[in-house]
Amino acid sequence: MMNDNIFASEMSGSSNVPENKISKFPVVNDGKTWYTLIIFSENLAGVLNQITNVFTRRQLNIESLNVSPSGFKGLHRYTVTCRSDFETMKKVVKQIEKKIDVVLARFYTEDHVYVMEQALYKIETSKLIADHDISKAIRKHEAKIVEVNATYSIVSIEGLPSDIVELRHILRDHGCMLQFVSSGIVAVTKSSHEELNSFLKVRKLQKEAITED
Amino acid sequence: MGKILSGGQILMESLINEGVDTIFGYPGGAIMPTYDFLYDYRDRINHVLVRHEQGASHAAEGYARVSGKTGVCLVTSGPGVTNTVTGVADAMIDSTPIVVIAGQVGASLLGSDAFQEVDVVDMMQPVCKWAYQIRDAKDVAWAVSRAFYIASSGRPGPVVLDFAKNAQVEKAEYEPMKVNFIRSYIPVPETDEESIVNAARLINQAERPLVLVGQGVELGYATAELRAFIEKAGMPAGCTLLGLSALPSDHPLNVGMLGMHGSLGSNKMTQKCDLLIAVGMRFDDRITGKLSTYATQAKKIHFDIDPSEINKNVPVDVSVLGDCKTTLPAVTALLEKKEHKEWREAFRPYDEEENRVVIEPQIHPKEGPLRMGEVIRKVSELTQNKAVMVTDVGQNQMMSARYFKFTQCRSVVTSGGMGTMGYGLPAAIGATFGAPERTVCVFLGDGGLQMTIQELGTIMEQGAPVKIILLNNNYLGNVRQWQQLFFRRRYSFTPMLNPDYEKIAEAYNIPCATVIERKDLEAEIEKMVNTPGPYLLQCAIMEEDNVFPMCFPGHDVDDMVLKLED
Repeated sequence: MMNDNIFASEMSGSSNVPENKISKFPVVNDGKTWYTLIIFSENLAGVLNQITNVFTRRQLNIESLNVSPSGFKGLHRYTVTCRSDFETMKKVVKQIEKKIDVVLARFYTEDHVYVMEQALYKIETSKLIADHDISKAIRKHEAKIVEVNATYSIVSIEGLPSDIVELRHILRDHGCMLQFVSSGIVAVTKSSHEELNSFLKVRKLQKEAITED
Repeated sequence: MGKILSGGQILMESLINEGVDTIFGYPGGAIMPTYDFLYDYRDRINHVLVRHEQGASHAAEGYARVSGKTGVCLVTSGPGVTNTVTGVADAMIDSTPIVVIAGQVGASLLGSDAFQEVDVVDMMQPVCKWAYQIRDAKDVAWAVSRAFYIASSGRPGPVVLDFAKNAQVEKAEYEPMKVNFIRSYIPVPETDEESIVNAARLINQAERPLVLVGQGVELGYATAELRAFIEKAGMPAGCTLLGLSALPSDHPLNVGMLGMHGSLGSNKMTQKCDLLIAVGMRFDDRITGKLSTYATQAKKIHFDIDPSEINKNVPVDVSVLGDCKTTLPAVTALLEKKEHKEWREAFRPYDEEENRVVIEPQIHPKEGPLRMGEVIRKVSELTQNKAVMVTDVGQNQMMSARYFKFTQCRSVVTSGGMGTMGYGLPAAIGATFGAPERTVCVFLGDGGLQMTIQELGTIMEQGAPVKIILLNNNYLGNVRQWQQLFFRRRYSFTPMLNPDYEKIAEAYNIPCATVIERKDLEAEIEKMVNTPGPYLLQCAIMEEDNVFPMCFPGHDVDDMVLKLED
């Protein structure tokens, strides 16, 4: 159970994205791969700190972090994205899973998770009106203009991290950006096997076995 | 319906419920309510008053190392608990089970920068196995039981309980608790049957196997299983610093300590073996030397209880996860009986060379000042190689590891991963409580002794029978050695003006003697051993002596230097 299979898609081969495919994540030419970590912990104080400490010790930058209740009562779910190499990620995830209150920690390449992110862009209305390329870009990225007033407009988007970054670059290049914020990536696995469910079932049986002793 | 008790009383009951009979501590403001309750439990819990909280943490470590039980510290908030950080971090890296219980300001004051308030949980989390803040008396029994379960199970380690003052005095119902399951924590990972078969196959195919014995063997109570394992397949075995007493020093398959100051043979053969079998060790850089060239010719098997240790530093071919108490016999059952005579014979020339160039001049010098090696070996011999060896850190530690001999397990108490100077004296105090029937000898230098010298007060008060062997060279010897080797003999702040240790011992009412001449050594050691209670034996040793062999940092592990070039 706690064997070396913390990289859930390890059996399916390469950890790299095929070159001809459009990436869900922004392209950064630094030789590193985007990884998505999905972590479950008990709902106790201080777990988030323990998780981020593992990154800090290795000087690894967390690209995005999202924490929310999971589908299981009492369990919290963390989605972390990070750019690194396969061997480092393996060690990091094992060290995270070692924390007492962490239930399960896994990491995935983009092929094995469905990811999505939300973002808001606050832009200057005058430039939005003057420059048609801006509204074209907003439509092209399937973003919505959710507020317009005399000074600023708010654009909302829900989509792939790569699209969100692309639109950010376009709006910035057009000199209209006042504020930008993104939610951090959330992800679910594409596997048809629900590892957490199986894990909790096994642990429940093990607990019962101990209690009966 | 359980009894209604105050949180502090529940703590006492819970400690007794966990089998605790000895704790090391120091009172202070935020833990005073608990100390007041402790006063009523003096007949059941022996509290050892240390002279500094760092001493409490190391004493708990020493106690745990020799007894196998969990060591306990009780300290106050703020500086009380920050003083234990060194011991907690030390226990973490060396897998030593201790529980530190620290007072904390009342819950209503938390976060307000109240007097002696410090954020204990956040501070301790990176250096401990688990840290928890108790804010409510009804959590005490659960937290204590969970703390002991976590500290002592799986790969052991330190746990910190941050005990808010209100929770110490408020009342709750007490029912004895026993935590033996935590959903998110798997202390012993499942063993993959295939890994057992694969490990046995690699061992049966190997012509030149070498076993690396770590502290995990002792922690897993698997010393007999280890012996059966290596004896059946005729495999030579080297020990890590913390694993030294997991295999008797004179066992025919024991090829000595591994690593930087290890034996010439074990390090040379690490680069010549065709199979490396690590058991309960973590491939520290002091063991491997240069990682990129470390045993690259060999296949590797790693037995460990901690999945995060597998492939951390050294990639291995087969990992056997689980408790070595069961995995070792499982593999042994599949092994073919072998002698590996030729391979074992191949160690001999290196042993002979080391013996001639390094060991003999250290343990049987003909002239000149006393040497560390001869003092240590003599103490070992005159205690029938049965004593507990405690060390401080530095040359005294490496020399002790090299020249002390072991016939019993749980005989090494030393700071491995952290290399904590000042560890020796308090850890030795703890060891006398953890193994009251054994002789406890602590070897330390003039530097390390002075880092926690106030614990002589604890020794005096408790009459703790610590045999203190002070290897005095008027230097911070290990740093001086490195300065000599790597910093062109620029002895930057390593010479030390020492106090009169005999006077210090006298002030603490501890019998003391100083040996300067070789002819007096044996008689003085005998006198120390035969004097009941504590004793300080000061040995004036060669000032600029060096620990050899040595693998220079960053060098290949078989690139060992045996002596200074003239």
